[in-house]
Amino acid sequence: MVETGHFALVLAFALSLVQFVLPLVGSRTGDARLMATAGPVAATGFAMTAISFAALTAAYVLSDFSVLNVFENSHSQKPLLYKFSGTWGNHEGSMLLWVLILTFFGALVAAFGRNLPATLRANVLSIQGLIGSAFFLFILATSNPFARLNPAPIEGQDLNPVLQDVGLAIHPPLLYLGYVGFSVCFSFAVAALIEGRIDAAWARWVRPWTLAAWVFLTGGIAMGSFWAYYELGWGGFWFWDPVENASFMPWLAGTALLHSAIVMEKRSALKIWTILLAILTFSLSLLGTFLVRSGVLTSVHAFATDPARGVFILAILTLFIGGALALFAWRAQSLAPGGIFHPISREGALVLNNLFLSTAVATVLVGTLYPLALEAVTGEKISVGAPFFDLTFGPLMVPLLIAVPFGPLLAWKRADLWAASQRLALAAGGALVVILFVALFIDRASVFAALGIGLAVWLILGALTDLALKSGIGSVSTSVALRRFAGLPRSAYGTSLAHLGLGLTTLGIVSVTTLQTEHILTMKPGDTVEVAGYQLRFDGLQPFQGQNFTEDRGLFPLLDSDGDVLTTIMSAKRFYPARQMPTTEAGISTRGLSQMYVSLGDPVDGGGIVVRIWWKPFVTLIWLGAVVMMGGGILSLLDRRLRVGAPARRARKTGEATGAAH
Amino acid sequence: MTRKQKRLSIILGALAFLGTATGLTFYALGQKTSYFYMPADLTTASIAPGQRIRLGGLVEDGSIVRDQGTRVSFGVSDGGGHVEVVYDGILPDLFREGQGVVTEGTFDPSGTFVADSVLAKHDENYMPKEVADSLKAQGVWQED
Repeated sequence: MVETGHFALVLAFALSLVQFVLPLVGSRTGDARLMATAGPVAATGFAMTAISFAALTAAYVLSDFSVLNVFENSHSQKPLLYKFSGTWGNHEGSMLLWVLILTFFGALVAAFGRNLPATLRANVLSIQGLIGSAFFLFILATSNPFARLNPAPIEGQDLNPVLQDVGLAIHPPLLYLGYVGFSVCFSFAVAALIEGRIDAAWARWVRPWTLAAWVFLTGGIAMGSFWAYYELGWGGFWFWDPVENASFMPWLAGTALLHSAIVMEKRSALKIWTILLAILTFSLSLLGTFLVRSGVLTSVHAFATDPARGVFILAILTLFIGGALALFAWRAQSLAPGGIFHPISREGALVLNNLFLSTAVATVLVGTLYPLALEAVTGEKISVGAPFFDLTFGPLMVPLLIAVPFGPLLAWKRADLWAASQRLALAAGGALVVILFVALFIDRASVFAALGIGLAVWLILGALTDLALKSGIGSVSTSVALRRFAGLPRSAYGTSLAHLGLGLTTLGIVSVTTLQTEHILTMKPGDTVEVAGYQLRFDGLQPFQGQNFTEDRGLFPLLDSDGDVLTTIMSAKRFYPARQMPTTEAGISTRGLSQMYVSLGDPVDGGGIVVRIWWKPFVTLIWLGAVVMMGGGILSLLDRRLRVGAPARRARKTGEATGAAH
Repeated sequence: MTRKQKRLSIILGALAFLGTATGLTFYALGQKTSYFYMPADLTTASIAPGQRIRLGGLVEDGSIVRDQGTRVSFGVSDGGGHVEVVYDGILPDLFREGQGVVTEGTFDPSGTFVADSVLAKHDENYMPKEVADSLKAQGVWQED
């Protein structure tokens, strides 16, 4: 069975080469039969990769320790869910997941792309095949997950306990769906360059893929942040760790792409820029893969370090980024420039969005690569952390966030900024009231808290104002407004919801960073500490035996001001004997949108234990906001105009019908 | 304004924006990053009290002293030097004697390193990369 998986992987590699060569030759020579091979080959390639992946999963679930990869990363006593998700909790398996998702997207393009022009479809699938063949070769040459061990060991070495969490089942697949999803945009961009032809229809075909990848990446990043928050026991939700930045850069670029593609679709402008962004977004995804997988960074994500892998991925990176950019430099001028517009217009606002987002990408890129470059050149080791990004990324985001509510209210081509400002007066007033309230009653010391929360409220109210104006609330009778509201195109809800989610996430981030309280103290059983109006009591430690670990559970009843027990927070120190490794299991209690976070430290002389307690106001909004953003993306994706496979003619009609609302 | 002037003003505006962002980035790279040192480096380099650095090395055997509260002190060495570190807070799960750690903080005037963060390895195979590289350079590294 393991050999079947290996064989299927080799077949998938061969198919990806076929998928690269035949359709490309077909589109160059105008041979329809060669072009038509792309679809079935892509589908078969996906099936082969799926068989290969299933074989590895089966080896994990059945604890087949004759497979080196399973021996190194699994254990017979490991709970079933982690045997399953452990398939991709290691370098080889995660690369297999990467190509599985890549071929999945290829198969999707083949299945849903029937209304694409034949040559475009053939070229897109051909580029997908090229990307696939590079990564299949990488896996087969340097990271074979099916290598055998003889004699087979009795027991495995177990999975890193930090990864033994439901987060592993969700975070990497979502993140990869995002990363790899952008490969479709990349392939579309390269295909357009090969053909030397691009129009608004191209943007309409690319946008659903961008949206889908963006939705997944948003979910993947949010899930990773939430996982780190509860699993690592440090109570932080974002560390500006190079590995996090590696996933954040494609997100920023993808967000820019999402917006510039709107301009291209609606107004035929920004064509060349959109192509470049599509290339850059996937290049940043590849860079992320390189940074995480090559071992140049040390982190939880760097499972194993092998210089050959780093060099190989670097070669792939150079080939694709360099090749695509060279093609861009050569062919971009042949693309006809698009329509012109006034700076104060919807297009202008979206250009501003792109300017800020791409500059933000650049600062994050510098902060992430500078330490690596400096060490390579001078040997000096520096760390670039939160202080750097607070000073560079922060100032870029503030004006961008202030501008967000204006964008959807501006008309295409030429808009009236003053009229838009008047419409936003209510939102601005609301934000001002909140700023004053926070400054006077909640935190008199921190200006940042008041202004930051005000900014978040401005975003939230701005998003709601947009919806209210589009449905005519306040200007027409309530029943008409309600009917109009129900009849708005899904993409209008999508925009508002995504911007609303951005506001919620901002609110969560600002609240936690400026208003959280932290207590580090030694507690003995019976001790009580007051945190944010609650009483937290320590009732002592209890031993507990888990399936593949032992733990000491600290019990902390949480009491309200009247002395009633609301809940008991359990925070534990866990020990995994297979890896001889301790972990901290934080105790978290959600109160409304806020959380009480309790982390155990070491015992001290005299019977006490060090306890770290945080009160994290509105912390859940950070991730709820991301979920709302995803909801916005999904709604836009369901819009008839963008529905994958919807005939272009009907799409255009819908666009006109909703033109008044825009 | 003519169209030419308009275009020029937009380009100038964008350039000013990018210039500001670039300037800020370079300033932040100069001011907001912290250099990495091993104890042996500190015998030759002079670090002003209050300057943020990252200090790596091995936790010395028998050097961990906890008080009744949350303060803990320990020695960090690399064979070529020794630094006394104090830290107030919860140490990482994998912090123990003989273990490679990276701490971040500042020296107080008496020469004690006051750390505000302590990082240890993520699993039993992992040694902070900076520490491993420096130990190898000094020949103290033992391959296992």
